[in-house]
Amino acid sequence: MKEENNDIDPKETAPEEPTPGETPPTTTPDPNLQPTEPEPAASGKGEPIIVIKGLHKSFKDHDVLRGVDMYVYKGENLVILGKSGSGKSVLIKCMVALETPDAGTIEIFGQDISQLNYDELNAMRVRIGFLFQNSALYDSMTVRENLAFPLRQHKKTMSREKTDSTIMEMLDNVGLADSIDQMPSKLSGGQNKRIGLARTLILRPQIMLYDEPTTGLDTGTAREISDLICKMKDKYKISSVTITHDMPCAKATADRIVMMRDGAVYAEGSYDELERSEDEWIRSFFY
Amino acid sequence: MQSSLNKTFFYNAGDMVAFMARFFREVFKPPYEFREILYQCYLVGYKSTFLIGLTGFIMGVVLAIQTRPSMAGFGAISLIPGMVSVSVIREIGPVITAIICAGKIGSRMGAELGSMRVTEQIDAMEVSAINPYRYLVVTRTLATTLMVPLLAIYADIIALYGGYIAMNIHDKTSLQHFFVAAMHHLEFIDVVPAIIKTFFFGWVIGIIGCYKGYNARRGTESVGIAANSAVVASSLAVFIIDLIAAQITDLIS
Repeated sequence: MKEENNDIDPKETAPEEPTPGETPPTTTPDPNLQPTEPEPAASGKGEPIIVIKGLHKSFKDHDVLRGVDMYVYKGENLVILGKSGSGKSVLIKCMVALETPDAGTIEIFGQDISQLNYDELNAMRVRIGFLFQNSALYDSMTVRENLAFPLRQHKKTMSREKTDSTIMEMLDNVGLADSIDQMPSKLSGGQNKRIGLARTLILRPQIMLYDEPTTGLDTGTAREISDLICKMKDKYKISSVTITHDMPCAKATADRIVMMRDGAVYAEGSYDELERSEDEWIRSFFY
Repeated sequence: MQSSLNKTFFYNAGDMVAFMARFFREVFKPPYEFREILYQCYLVGYKSTFLIGLTGFIMGVVLAIQTRPSMAGFGAISLIPGMVSVSVIREIGPVITAIICAGKIGSRMGAELGSMRVTEQIDAMEVSAINPYRYLVVTRTLATTLMVPLLAIYADIIALYGGYIAMNIHDKTSLQHFFVAAMHHLEFIDVVPAIIKTFFFGWVIGIIGCYKGYNARRGTESVGIAANSAVVASSLAVFIIDLIAAQITDLIS
Protein backbone atom coordinates (compact mmCIF):
# COMPACT_ATOMS: atom_id res chain seq x y z
CA MET A 1 0.00 0.00 0.00
CA LYS A 2 1.32 3.42 -0.88
CA GLU A 3 2.12 5.90 1.85
CA GLU A 4 0.02 8.95 2.26
CA ASN A 5 1.67 12.26 1.47
CA ASN A 6 -0.15 15.15 3.05
CA ASP A 7 2.70 17.61 2.72
CA ILE A 8 1.95 18.55 -0.83
CA ASP A 9 0.46 21.92 -1.50
CA PRO A 10 -2.44 21.38 -3.90
CA LYS A 11 -2.06 24.89 -5.32
CA GLU A 12 1.49 24.10 -6.39
CA THR A 13 0.68 20.73 -7.84
CA ALA A 14 -2.77 21.06 -9.41
CA PRO A 15 -2.36 20.59 -13.16
CA GLU A 16 -3.49 23.18 -15.59
CA GLU A 17 -6.45 22.31 -17.86
CA PRO A 18 -5.05 21.23 -21.22
CA THR A 19 -6.20 23.11 -24.26
CA PRO A 20 -7.96 21.04 -26.95
CA GLY A 21 -5.49 19.00 -28.96
CA GLU A 22 -2.78 19.40 -26.34
CA THR A 23 -1.49 16.39 -24.44
CA PRO A 24 -2.63 16.62 -20.83
CA PRO A 25 -0.17 16.66 -17.95
CA THR A 26 1.37 13.28 -17.36
CA THR A 27 2.09 13.87 -13.70
CA THR A 28 -0.44 13.94 -10.92
CA PRO A 29 -0.40 16.34 -8.02
CA ASP A 30 0.31 13.67 -5.48
CA PRO A 31 3.29 11.39 -6.26
CA ASN A 32 1.64 8.61 -4.27
CA LEU A 33 -1.38 8.66 -6.56
CA GLN A 34 0.50 8.53 -9.84
CA PRO A 35 -0.39 5.68 -12.19
CA THR A 36 1.87 2.72 -11.55
CA GLU A 37 3.27 -0.08 -13.66
CA PRO A 38 1.74 -3.54 -13.12
CA GLU A 39 3.34 -5.42 -10.27
CA PRO A 40 4.98 -8.75 -11.07
CA ALA A 41 3.07 -11.97 -10.51
CA ALA A 42 5.30 -12.74 -7.53
CA SER A 43 3.78 -9.79 -5.68
CA GLY A 44 0.75 -11.95 -4.91
CA LYS A 45 -1.68 -10.02 -7.06
CA GLY A 46 -1.20 -12.38 -9.98
CA GLU A 47 -0.80 -11.46 -13.64
CA PRO A 48 -2.77 -8.52 -14.95
CA ILE A 49 -5.52 -9.86 -17.22
CA ILE A 50 -6.16 -6.55 -18.94
CA VAL A 51 -3.21 -4.40 -19.99
CA ILE A 52 -3.85 -1.14 -21.83
CA LYS A 53 -0.90 0.77 -23.25
CA GLY A 54 -0.81 4.18 -24.90
CA LEU A 55 -4.44 4.18 -25.99
CA HIS A 56 -5.49 7.06 -28.21
CA LYS A 57 -8.91 7.67 -29.70
CA SER A 58 -10.35 10.73 -31.35
CA PHE A 59 -13.61 11.54 -33.08
CA LYS A 60 -12.92 13.99 -35.90
CA ASP A 61 -10.93 16.78 -34.23
CA HIS A 62 -11.86 15.84 -30.69
CA ASP A 63 -9.29 13.77 -28.80
CA VAL A 64 -11.20 11.55 -26.38
CA LEU A 65 -8.41 9.28 -25.18
CA ARG A 66 -4.88 10.66 -25.03
CA GLY A 67 -2.48 7.88 -24.20
CA VAL A 68 -4.24 5.81 -21.55
CA ASP A 69 -2.16 3.23 -19.71
CA MET A 70 -4.03 0.89 -17.39
CA TYR A 71 -4.07 -2.66 -16.12
CA VAL A 72 -6.50 -4.90 -14.25
CA TYR A 73 -5.47 -7.80 -12.04
CA LYS A 74 -7.29 -11.09 -11.90
CA GLY A 75 -10.02 -11.01 -9.26
CA GLU A 76 -9.97 -7.28 -8.60
CA ASN A 77 -12.63 -4.69 -9.26
CA LEU A 78 -11.10 -1.64 -10.86
CA VAL A 79 -13.28 1.45 -10.78
CA ILE A 80 -12.66 4.13 -13.37
CA LEU A 81 -13.80 7.49 -12.07
CA GLY A 82 -14.12 10.61 -14.08
CA LYS A 83 -16.44 13.40 -15.00
CA SER A 84 -18.65 13.35 -18.08
CA GLY A 85 -16.62 13.58 -21.26
CA SER A 86 -13.43 12.25 -19.68
CA GLY A 87 -13.37 9.27 -22.07
CA LYS A 88 -14.46 6.54 -19.62
CA SER A 89 -17.20 5.04 -21.78
CA VAL A 90 -15.09 5.15 -24.94
CA LEU A 91 -12.31 3.37 -23.05
CA ILE A 92 -14.58 0.55 -21.88
CA LYS A 93 -16.04 0.20 -25.39
CA CYS A 94 -12.52 -0.11 -26.79
CA MET A 95 -12.02 -3.05 -24.41
CA VAL A 96 -14.74 -5.05 -26.19
CA ALA A 97 -13.87 -3.70 -29.64
CA LEU A 98 -17.08 -1.71 -29.98
CA GLU A 99 -14.77 1.20 -30.72
CA THR A 100 -11.45 0.89 -32.50
CA PRO A 101 -8.58 2.86 -30.97
CA ASP A 102 -6.44 5.05 -33.22
CA ALA A 103 -3.24 3.98 -31.46
CA GLY A 104 -2.14 1.86 -28.53
CA THR A 105 -2.87 -1.70 -27.52
CA ILE A 106 -5.34 -3.55 -25.33
CA GLU A 107 -4.27 -6.99 -24.20
CA ILE A 108 -6.86 -9.20 -22.57
CA PHE A 109 -5.82 -12.64 -21.32
CA GLY A 110 -2.48 -11.93 -23.00
CA GLN A 111 -3.98 -11.40 -26.46
CA ASP A 112 -3.89 -8.09 -28.29
CA ILE A 113 -7.53 -7.66 -29.31
CA SER A 114 -6.67 -5.57 -32.36
CA GLN A 115 -4.86 -8.60 -33.80
CA LEU A 116 -7.81 -10.97 -33.46
CA ASN A 117 -10.01 -11.94 -36.40
CA TYR A 118 -13.80 -11.85 -36.03
CA ASP A 119 -14.14 -15.42 -34.75
CA GLU A 120 -11.24 -15.06 -32.31
CA LEU A 121 -12.68 -11.76 -31.10
CA ASN A 122 -16.05 -13.42 -30.49
CA ALA A 123 -14.36 -16.24 -28.59
CA MET A 124 -12.79 -13.53 -26.43
CA ARG A 125 -16.07 -11.67 -26.02
CA VAL A 126 -17.76 -14.75 -24.58
CA ARG A 127 -15.29 -14.46 -21.69
CA ILE A 128 -16.15 -10.80 -21.14
CA GLY A 129 -19.51 -9.56 -19.89
CA PHE A 130 -20.69 -6.02 -20.58
CA LEU A 131 -23.49 -4.34 -18.66
CA PHE A 132 -24.74 -1.33 -20.58
CA GLN A 133 -25.77 1.90 -18.93
CA ASN A 134 -29.39 1.46 -20.06
CA SER A 135 -29.26 -2.35 -19.68
CA ALA A 136 -29.89 -2.83 -23.44
CA LEU A 137 -32.39 -5.63 -22.90
CA TYR A 138 -34.03 -6.94 -26.08
CA ASP A 139 -37.38 -5.23 -25.76
CA SER A 140 -39.22 -7.63 -28.08
CA MET A 141 -38.34 -10.57 -25.80
CA THR A 142 -39.52 -11.56 -22.34
CA VAL A 143 -37.05 -11.77 -19.46
CA ARG A 144 -36.81 -15.55 -20.00
CA GLU A 145 -36.09 -15.11 -23.71
CA ASN A 146 -33.53 -12.39 -22.97
CA LEU A 147 -31.60 -14.82 -20.80
CA ALA A 148 -32.15 -17.82 -23.06
CA PHE A 149 -30.96 -15.97 -26.17
CA PRO A 150 -27.19 -15.98 -25.43
CA LEU A 151 -27.43 -19.57 -24.21
CA ARG A 152 -29.20 -20.63 -27.39
CA GLN A 153 -26.49 -18.95 -29.45
CA HIS A 154 -23.46 -20.27 -27.58
CA LYS A 155 -24.53 -23.48 -25.86
CA LYS A 156 -26.51 -25.22 -28.56
CA THR A 157 -26.21 -28.65 -26.99
CA MET A 158 -27.60 -27.52 -23.64
CA SER A 159 -30.84 -29.31 -22.81
CA ARG A 160 -34.07 -27.39 -22.26
CA GLU A 161 -34.12 -28.39 -18.57
CA LYS A 162 -30.55 -27.23 -18.05
CA THR A 163 -31.31 -23.97 -19.87
CA ASP A 164 -34.35 -23.35 -17.67
CA SER A 165 -32.45 -24.15 -14.48
CA THR A 166 -29.56 -21.85 -15.50
CA ILE A 167 -31.99 -19.03 -16.20
CA MET A 168 -33.70 -19.56 -12.84
CA GLU A 169 -30.34 -19.63 -11.04
CA MET A 170 -29.34 -16.31 -12.60
CA LEU A 171 -32.69 -14.71 -11.84
CA ASP A 172 -32.46 -15.97 -8.25
CA ASN A 173 -29.03 -14.35 -8.02
CA VAL A 174 -30.51 -10.98 -8.85
CA GLY A 175 -33.71 -11.58 -6.88
CA LEU A 176 -36.08 -11.40 -9.83
CA ALA A 177 -37.23 -14.98 -10.37
CA ASP A 178 -40.84 -13.79 -10.29
CA SER A 179 -40.33 -11.57 -13.31
CA ILE A 180 -39.34 -14.39 -15.65
CA ASP A 181 -42.27 -13.95 -18.03
CA GLN A 182 -42.46 -10.16 -17.91
CA MET A 183 -41.53 -7.87 -20.77
CA PRO A 184 -38.62 -5.48 -20.00
CA SER A 185 -40.92 -2.49 -20.59
CA LYS A 186 -42.99 -3.58 -17.59
CA LEU A 187 -40.00 -3.50 -15.23
CA SER A 188 -38.38 -0.59 -13.42
CA GLY A 189 -34.95 0.80 -14.28
CA GLY A 190 -33.35 -1.03 -11.36
CA GLN A 191 -35.04 -4.30 -12.29
CA ASN A 192 -33.92 -3.90 -15.89
CA LYS A 193 -30.38 -3.37 -14.66
CA ARG A 194 -30.54 -6.58 -12.63
CA ILE A 195 -31.94 -8.54 -15.56
CA GLY A 196 -29.17 -7.07 -17.72
CA LEU A 197 -26.65 -8.28 -15.15
CA ALA A 198 -28.23 -11.75 -15.07
CA ARG A 199 -28.19 -11.94 -18.87
CA THR A 200 -24.53 -10.95 -18.96
CA LEU A 201 -23.54 -13.41 -16.25
CA ILE A 202 -25.38 -16.33 -17.79
CA LEU A 203 -22.40 -17.12 -20.04
CA ARG A 204 -20.15 -17.10 -16.93
CA PRO A 205 -17.69 -14.42 -18.08
CA GLN A 206 -14.31 -14.08 -16.42
CA ILE A 207 -14.31 -10.31 -16.71
CA MET A 208 -17.28 -7.98 -16.22
CA LEU A 209 -17.37 -4.46 -17.60
CA TYR A 210 -19.98 -2.19 -16.01
CA ASP A 211 -20.83 1.04 -17.80
CA GLU A 212 -22.34 3.45 -15.25
CA PRO A 213 -24.24 0.70 -13.41
CA THR A 214 -25.98 3.02 -10.96
CA THR A 215 -26.69 6.01 -13.17
CA GLY A 216 -30.33 7.07 -13.16
CA LEU A 217 -31.24 4.94 -10.14
CA ASP A 218 -32.44 6.12 -6.74
CA THR A 219 -30.02 5.85 -3.82
CA GLY A 220 -31.48 2.62 -2.44
CA THR A 221 -31.57 0.83 -5.79
CA ALA A 222 -28.08 2.08 -6.62
CA ARG A 223 -26.83 0.57 -3.36
CA GLU A 224 -28.54 -2.73 -4.21
CA ILE A 225 -26.84 -2.81 -7.61
CA SER A 226 -23.45 -2.05 -6.00
CA ASP A 227 -24.01 -4.87 -3.50
CA LEU A 228 -24.98 -7.17 -6.33
CA ILE A 229 -21.78 -6.35 -8.21
CA CYS A 230 -19.74 -7.29 -5.11
CA LYS A 231 -21.81 -10.43 -4.54
CA MET A 232 -21.39 -11.64 -8.12
CA LYS A 233 -17.68 -10.89 -8.02
CA ASP A 234 -17.24 -13.05 -4.92
CA LYS A 235 -19.58 -15.81 -6.06
CA TYR A 236 -18.21 -16.27 -9.58
CA LYS A 237 -14.63 -15.01 -8.97
CA ILE A 238 -14.99 -12.35 -11.64
CA SER A 239 -12.57 -9.53 -12.35
CA SER A 240 -14.36 -6.35 -13.20
CA VAL A 241 -14.02 -2.84 -14.47
CA THR A 242 -16.66 -0.36 -13.38
CA ILE A 243 -17.12 3.00 -15.04
CA THR A 244 -18.87 5.44 -12.76
CA HIS A 245 -19.00 8.90 -11.30
CA ASP A 246 -21.17 7.71 -8.44
CA MET A 247 -18.97 7.82 -5.31
CA PRO A 248 -21.06 5.48 -3.11
CA CYS A 249 -20.88 2.89 -5.90
CA ALA A 250 -17.12 3.41 -6.21
CA LYS A 251 -16.69 3.08 -2.45
CA ALA A 252 -18.77 -0.08 -2.27
CA THR A 253 -17.20 -1.89 -5.21
CA ALA A 254 -13.65 -0.63 -5.77
CA ASP A 255 -10.50 -2.52 -4.91
CA ARG A 256 -8.58 0.14 -6.80
CA ILE A 257 -9.62 3.36 -8.46
CA VAL A 258 -8.23 5.02 -11.56
CA MET A 259 -9.28 8.62 -12.08
CA MET A 260 -9.50 9.92 -15.63
CA ARG A 261 -9.32 13.51 -16.67
CA ASP A 262 -9.45 14.80 -20.24
CA GLY A 263 -8.79 11.41 -21.76
CA ALA A 264 -5.80 10.43 -19.64
CA VAL A 265 -5.18 8.74 -16.32
CA TYR A 266 -4.86 11.45 -13.70
CA ALA A 267 -4.54 9.54 -10.45
CA GLU A 268 -4.68 6.04 -9.10
CA GLY A 269 -5.10 4.51 -5.68
CA SER A 270 -7.52 3.00 -3.22
CA TYR A 271 -10.69 4.84 -2.22
CA ASP A 272 -9.14 5.87 1.09
CA GLU A 273 -5.93 7.08 -0.51
CA LEU A 274 -7.77 9.22 -3.00
CA GLU A 275 -10.14 10.53 -0.36
CA ARG A 276 -7.15 11.80 1.62
CA SER A 277 -5.63 13.56 -1.38
CA GLU A 278 -5.29 17.30 -1.15
CA ASP A 279 -5.61 17.85 -4.85
CA GLU A 280 -8.64 20.03 -5.47
CA TRP A 281 -9.80 18.20 -8.56
CA ILE A 282 -9.67 14.82 -6.79
CA ARG A 283 -11.33 16.23 -3.71
CA SER A 284 -14.19 17.56 -5.83
CA PHE A 285 -15.37 13.97 -6.23
CA PHE A 286 -15.44 13.29 -2.52
CA TYR A 287 -16.81 16.48 -1.04
CA MET B 1 -19.62 22.47 -50.00
CA GLN B 2 -20.35 20.61 -53.26
CA SER B 3 -17.22 18.52 -52.81
CA SER B 4 -18.29 17.62 -49.29
CA LEU B 5 -21.74 16.57 -50.51
CA ASN B 6 -20.19 14.44 -53.24
CA LYS B 7 -17.86 12.85 -50.70
CA THR B 8 -20.80 12.05 -48.40
CA PHE B 9 -22.82 10.64 -51.30
CA PHE B 10 -20.03 8.35 -52.47
CA TYR B 11 -19.19 7.35 -48.91
CA ASN B 12 -22.84 6.41 -48.24
CA ALA B 13 -23.15 4.60 -51.57
CA GLY B 14 -19.99 2.61 -50.88
CA ASP B 15 -21.15 1.83 -47.38
CA MET B 16 -24.50 0.56 -48.67
CA VAL B 17 -22.86 -1.61 -51.32
CA ALA B 18 -20.54 -3.11 -48.69
CA PHE B 19 -23.56 -3.75 -46.44
CA MET B 20 -25.39 -5.49 -49.31
CA ALA B 21 -22.33 -7.53 -50.28
CA ARG B 22 -22.00 -8.71 -46.69
CA PHE B 23 -25.42 -10.35 -47.02
CA PHE B 24 -24.05 -12.83 -49.57
CA ARG B 25 -21.08 -13.62 -47.35
CA GLU B 26 -23.22 -14.21 -44.28
CA VAL B 27 -26.28 -15.94 -45.75
CA PHE B 28 -24.57 -19.26 -46.42
CA LYS B 29 -22.62 -19.41 -43.15
CA PRO B 30 -24.00 -21.51 -40.31
CA PRO B 31 -25.57 -21.27 -37.82
CA TYR B 32 -28.80 -20.73 -39.69
CA GLU B 33 -31.45 -18.87 -37.73
CA PHE B 34 -34.43 -20.88 -39.02
CA ARG B 35 -36.63 -19.95 -36.09
CA GLU B 36 -36.09 -16.22 -36.60
CA ILE B 37 -36.50 -16.55 -40.38
CA LEU B 38 -39.86 -18.27 -39.87
CA TYR B 39 -40.95 -15.62 -37.39
CA GLN B 40 -39.99 -12.86 -39.81
CA CYS B 41 -41.82 -14.67 -42.65
CA TYR B 42 -44.89 -14.69 -40.41
CA LEU B 43 -44.54 -10.95 -39.74
CA VAL B 44 -43.79 -10.04 -43.35
CA GLY B 45 -46.12 -12.49 -45.07
CA TYR B 46 -49.07 -13.44 -42.92
CA LYS B 47 -49.41 -10.04 -41.24
CA SER B 48 -49.56 -8.33 -44.64
CA THR B 49 -52.18 -10.56 -46.24
CA PHE B 50 -55.18 -8.37 -45.39
CA LEU B 51 -53.61 -5.15 -46.65
CA ILE B 52 -52.21 -6.74 -49.80
CA GLY B 53 -55.47 -8.60 -50.44
CA LEU B 54 -57.58 -5.47 -50.05
CA THR B 55 -55.26 -3.45 -52.28
CA GLY B 56 -55.21 -6.21 -54.88
CA PHE B 57 -58.99 -6.42 -54.90
CA ILE B 58 -59.38 -2.65 -55.36
CA MET B 59 -56.70 -2.72 -58.06
CA GLY B 60 -58.61 -5.35 -60.05
CA VAL B 61 -61.97 -3.60 -59.61
CA VAL B 62 -60.63 -0.19 -60.64
CA LEU B 63 -58.74 -1.58 -63.62
CA ALA B 64 -61.82 -3.40 -64.95
CA ILE B 65 -64.10 -0.40 -64.39
CA GLN B 66 -61.69 2.12 -65.90
CA THR B 67 -60.94 0.12 -69.03
CA ARG B 68 -64.54 -0.88 -69.75
CA PRO B 69 -65.58 2.36 -71.59
CA SER B 70 -62.57 2.23 -73.92
CA MET B 71 -63.02 -1.49 -74.58
CA ALA B 72 -66.75 -1.01 -75.12
CA GLY B 73 -65.93 1.71 -77.68
CA PHE B 74 -64.00 -0.86 -79.71
CA GLY B 75 -66.63 -3.55 -79.11
CA ALA B 76 -63.99 -5.55 -77.26
CA ILE B 77 -65.61 -6.14 -73.88
CA SER B 78 -64.64 -9.79 -74.08
CA LEU B 79 -61.00 -8.73 -73.97
CA ILE B 80 -61.34 -7.10 -70.52
CA PRO B 81 -60.34 -10.29 -68.60
CA GLY B 82 -57.22 -10.62 -70.73
CA MET B 83 -56.35 -6.96 -70.37
CA VAL B 84 -56.82 -7.10 -66.61
CA SER B 85 -54.77 -10.28 -66.25
CA VAL B 86 -51.85 -9.08 -68.39
CA SER B 87 -51.75 -5.66 -66.66
CA VAL B 88 -52.03 -7.11 -63.18
CA ILE B 89 -49.66 -10.02 -63.54
CA ARG B 90 -46.98 -8.28 -65.62
CA GLU B 91 -46.81 -4.99 -63.83
CA ILE B 92 -49.41 -3.71 -61.42
CA GLY B 93 -49.56 -6.69 -59.04
CA PRO B 94 -45.81 -6.98 -58.40
CA VAL B 95 -45.15 -3.24 -58.28
CA ILE B 96 -48.09 -2.29 -56.06
CA THR B 97 -47.32 -5.20 -53.73
CA ALA B 98 -43.68 -4.12 -53.55
CA ILE B 99 -44.58 -0.49 -52.88
CA ILE B 100 -46.97 -1.47 -50.10
CA CYS B 101 -44.34 -3.78 -48.63
CA ALA B 102 -41.76 -1.00 -48.84
CA GLY B 103 -44.10 1.22 -46.85
CA LYS B 104 -45.25 -1.36 -44.35
CA ILE B 105 -42.27 -3.66 -43.94
CA GLY B 106 -39.38 -1.39 -44.93
CA SER B 107 -40.44 1.27 -42.45
CA ARG B 108 -40.95 -1.33 -39.71
CA MET B 109 -37.50 -2.76 -40.24
CA GLY B 110 -35.91 0.69 -40.38
CA ALA B 111 -37.61 1.77 -37.17
CA GLU B 112 -37.08 -1.54 -35.36
CA LEU B 113 -33.37 -1.81 -36.10
CA GLY B 114 -32.91 1.93 -35.63
CA SER B 115 -34.47 1.67 -32.20
CA MET B 116 -32.28 -1.33 -31.40
CA ARG B 117 -29.21 0.65 -32.46
CA VAL B 118 -30.19 3.68 -30.38
CA THR B 119 -30.90 1.61 -27.27
CA GLU B 120 -27.62 -0.32 -27.71
CA GLN B 121 -29.38 -3.66 -28.25
CA ILE B 122 -27.29 -4.26 -31.38
CA ASP B 123 -24.14 -3.44 -29.41
CA ALA B 124 -25.34 -5.85 -26.71
CA MET B 125 -25.52 -8.64 -29.30
CA GLU B 126 -22.09 -7.71 -30.59
CA VAL B 127 -20.45 -7.88 -27.15
CA SER B 128 -22.26 -11.16 -26.41
CA ALA B 129 -20.44 -12.59 -29.45
CA ILE B 130 -23.70 -12.89 -31.36
CA ASN B 131 -23.43 -11.75 -34.98
CA PRO B 132 -26.14 -9.07 -35.17
CA TYR B 133 -25.92 -8.85 -38.95
CA ARG B 134 -26.69 -12.52 -39.34
CA TYR B 135 -29.40 -12.56 -36.70
CA LEU B 136 -31.13 -9.32 -37.65
CA VAL B 137 -30.32 -8.47 -41.25
CA VAL B 138 -29.97 -11.85 -42.95
CA THR B 139 -33.16 -13.23 -41.41
CA ARG B 140 -35.26 -10.18 -42.27
CA THR B 141 -33.91 -9.86 -45.79
CA LEU B 142 -34.45 -13.56 -46.48
CA ALA B 143 -38.00 -13.26 -45.17
CA THR B 144 -38.84 -10.37 -47.49
CA THR B 145 -37.12 -12.08 -50.42
CA LEU B 146 -39.30 -15.15 -49.94
CA MET B 147 -42.55 -13.48 -48.90
CA VAL B 148 -42.87 -10.59 -51.38
CA PRO B 149 -43.19 -12.99 -54.39
CA LEU B 150 -45.86 -14.98 -52.52
CA LEU B 151 -47.70 -11.79 -51.63
CA ALA B 152 -47.48 -10.61 -55.24
CA ILE B 153 -48.99 -13.89 -56.50
CA TYR B 154 -51.69 -13.61 -53.85
CA ALA B 155 -52.36 -9.98 -54.91
CA ASP B 156 -52.59 -11.07 -58.56
CA ILE B 157 -55.22 -13.70 -57.78
CA ILE B 158 -57.30 -11.34 -55.63
CA ALA B 159 -56.99 -8.59 -58.29
CA LEU B 160 -58.31 -10.96 -60.95
CA TYR B 161 -61.20 -11.82 -58.69
CA GLY B 162 -61.82 -8.06 -58.22
CA GLY B 163 -61.81 -7.68 -62.00
CA TYR B 164 -64.41 -10.45 -62.25
CA ILE B 165 -66.64 -8.71 -59.66
CA ALA B 166 -66.30 -5.35 -61.47
CA MET B 167 -67.09 -6.89 -64.83
CA ASN B 168 -70.31 -8.30 -63.41
CA ILE B 169 -71.54 -4.83 -62.52
CA HIS B 170 -72.47 -4.17 -66.15
CA ASP B 171 -72.02 -7.50 -67.86
CA LYS B 172 -72.72 -11.05 -66.88
CA THR B 173 -69.94 -13.59 -66.90
CA SER B 174 -69.14 -16.69 -64.87
CA LEU B 175 -66.04 -16.92 -62.69
CA GLN B 176 -64.83 -19.89 -64.72
CA HIS B 177 -65.32 -18.07 -68.01
CA PHE B 178 -63.58 -14.96 -66.70
CA PHE B 179 -60.54 -16.90 -65.49
CA VAL B 180 -60.31 -18.98 -68.68
CA ALA B 181 -60.41 -15.78 -70.75
CA ALA B 182 -57.84 -14.15 -68.46
CA MET B 183 -55.41 -17.09 -68.64
CA HIS B 184 -55.88 -17.41 -72.40
CA HIS B 185 -54.11 -14.09 -72.91
CA LEU B 186 -51.21 -14.85 -70.60
CA GLU B 187 -47.91 -16.14 -71.93
CA PHE B 188 -44.77 -17.49 -70.34
CA ILE B 189 -43.02 -14.14 -70.85
CA ASP B 190 -45.79 -12.39 -68.91
CA VAL B 191 -45.60 -14.59 -65.85
CA VAL B 192 -42.02 -15.75 -65.24
CA PRO B 193 -40.14 -12.41 -65.44
CA ALA B 194 -42.85 -10.84 -63.27
CA ILE B 195 -42.32 -13.45 -60.57
CA ILE B 196 -38.54 -13.27 -60.84
CA LYS B 197 -38.51 -9.51 -60.36
CA THR B 198 -40.56 -9.81 -57.17
CA PHE B 199 -37.65 -11.71 -55.56
CA PHE B 200 -35.45 -8.70 -56.30
CA PHE B 201 -38.14 -6.36 -54.98
CA GLY B 202 -38.29 -8.35 -51.76
CA TRP B 203 -34.54 -8.40 -51.40
CA VAL B 204 -34.07 -4.64 -51.83
CA ILE B 205 -36.95 -3.84 -49.49
CA GLY B 206 -35.40 -6.01 -46.79
CA ILE B 207 -31.79 -4.99 -47.24
CA ILE B 208 -32.49 -1.25 -47.53
CA GLY B 209 -34.85 -1.27 -44.53
CA CYS B 210 -32.22 -3.09 -42.50
CA TYR B 211 -29.39 -0.87 -43.75
CA LYS B 212 -31.19 2.31 -42.74
CA GLY B 213 -32.03 0.97 -39.29
CA TYR B 214 -28.73 -0.78 -38.65
CA ASN B 215 -26.79 2.39 -39.42
CA ALA B 216 -29.04 4.79 -37.55
CA ARG B 217 -27.13 7.33 -35.54
CA ARG B 218 -27.66 7.79 -31.85
CA GLY B 219 -30.76 9.67 -30.77
CA THR B 220 -34.48 9.07 -31.09
CA GLU B 221 -34.80 11.38 -34.08
CA SER B 222 -32.66 9.01 -36.10
CA VAL B 223 -35.25 6.24 -35.67
CA GLY B 224 -37.83 8.31 -37.53
CA ILE B 225 -35.28 9.26 -40.15
CA ALA B 226 -34.30 5.60 -40.60
CA ALA B 227 -37.94 4.53 -41.07
CA ASN B 228 -38.68 7.36 -43.46
CA SER B 229 -35.57 6.99 -45.58
CA ALA B 230 -36.06 3.21 -45.71
CA VAL B 231 -39.44 3.73 -47.39
CA VAL B 232 -38.17 6.38 -49.81
CA ALA B 233 -35.03 4.48 -50.81
CA SER B 234 -36.67 1.07 -51.15
CA SER B 235 -39.61 2.47 -53.16
CA LEU B 236 -37.17 4.16 -55.51
CA ALA B 237 -35.14 0.95 -55.77
CA VAL B 238 -38.32 -0.99 -56.65
CA PHE B 239 -39.03 1.36 -59.57
CA ILE B 240 -35.43 1.18 -60.79
CA ILE B 241 -35.49 -2.63 -60.70
CA ASP B 242 -38.84 -2.58 -62.48
CA LEU B 243 -37.36 -0.41 -65.22
CA ILE B 244 -34.40 -2.75 -65.63
CA ALA B 245 -36.70 -5.80 -65.60
CA ALA B 246 -38.92 -4.22 -68.28
CA GLN B 247 -35.89 -3.63 -70.51
CA ILE B 248 -34.61 -7.17 -70.03
CA THR B 249 -38.05 -8.68 -70.66
CA ASP B 250 -38.38 -6.56 -73.78
CA LEU B 251 -35.01 -7.76 -75.05
CA ILE B 252 -35.90 -11.40 -74.37
CA SER B 253 -39.32 -11.21 -75.99
